[in-house]
Amino acid sequence: MSDPVRDTELEAKARQGRNIALALGLVLFVILVFIVTVTHLKGNVIERPL
Amino acid sequence: MAMPANLISPAAPARWQDFLLLMKPRVMSLVIFTAITGMASSNHPINPILASVSILCIAVGAGASASLNMWYDADIDAKMRRTRGRPVPAGRVQGADALALGVILSLFSVMLLGMTVNWLAAGLLAFTIFFYAVVYTMWLKRSTPQNIVIGGLAGALPPVIGWAAATGTTPLNAWLLCAIIFMWTPPHFWALSLYTSEDYEKAGVPMMPVTAGAASTRKQILIYSLLFTPLCLVPAFTGLGGKPYLSVAVLGGAVFLILAWRIFRSRAGDAADPRQDDGLYDVKAAAKDARNLFAFSILYLTLLFATLLAEHVLGVSPIIAPGVFG
Repeated sequence: MSDPVRDTELEAKARQGRNIALALGLVLFVILVFIVTVTHLKGNVIERPL
Repeated sequence: MAMPANLISPAAPARWQDFLLLMKPRVMSLVIFTAITGMASSNHPINPILASVSILCIAVGAGASASLNMWYDADIDAKMRRTRGRPVPAGRVQGADALALGVILSLFSVMLLGMTVNWLAAGLLAFTIFFYAVVYTMWLKRSTPQNIVIGGLAGALPPVIGWAAATGTTPLNAWLLCAIIFMWTPPHFWALSLYTSEDYEKAGVPMMPVTAGAASTRKQILIYSLLFTPLCLVPAFTGLGGKPYLSVAVLGGAVFLILAWRIFRSRAGDAADPRQDDGLYDVKAAAKDARNLFAFSILYLTLLFATLLAEHVLGVSPIIAPGVFG
């Protein structure tokens, strides 16, 4: 027979793990876009007409 | 087709690792490896950050198509021993979640690759995802024994995407790498299906041993091997591979042909014949021939691409100049 309290704890733990993974993924994505943007800008900023 | 939610038994709650499994990390690692080889083989300088982003996008795109495959094939996966532990058929992840993950990662990977690297590579990645998820998974896999032959194109394209990401072009040498993986796929998968055909039959997947029989499959493995192994030598004569590559291609190709010949002469995939006392033993011995080719095919392709990669990283000269091929 399943234990509802234990199931809830398991679910909460799994949900927390998923949330942390999703948050890390989003943060990494933002950092990635920032780095790529800087990489692309770098040459253009130096070469822009003043 | 994706399983209705009410057919999935309740199981442990989904952990983040289950979503990683949806992306078939082992297949993803092969995709990364062949894409890096394609990128390096182009001999074109590329910003290391953009190179890393390209590889990441290609890997995530492969993971996205795998997730779509897991969503759509959950009913088949549930019937096969090899795949019934996957997150969707095991009930740990809902099919709709696998679908959502696949769609979102497809969009992100293609858009990011297009906006940061180039749209040729992004277009090829989008085509690869579409070909694997729609053409292969939803159409070919359930309708024709040529499923893995045609569908093999999806697995063969990553080096072309890598090459396109580095150069913005796809010359003949890039397509040669694609052709090698494309021709490698049938003997590789048919060797596997010879000793797992019962599973495919149970799931209603028309793999070659199920529809044409084991003897025909063994013959076709040999025919494809006879076409595949000479093709592996071609890069040495198109300015892509050097002497180390040629050595690996010749020696490995010889072993590949020997193993394909052993399968052809074996009874791999045949059902046990109860009229023969040693029938069961024969079948086991023959399955070993199929397993040997399956395992060696992975090693051979890895060695070919690793040698090409090492040659281009270390600056080993190709036997001839690329000319019109490169």
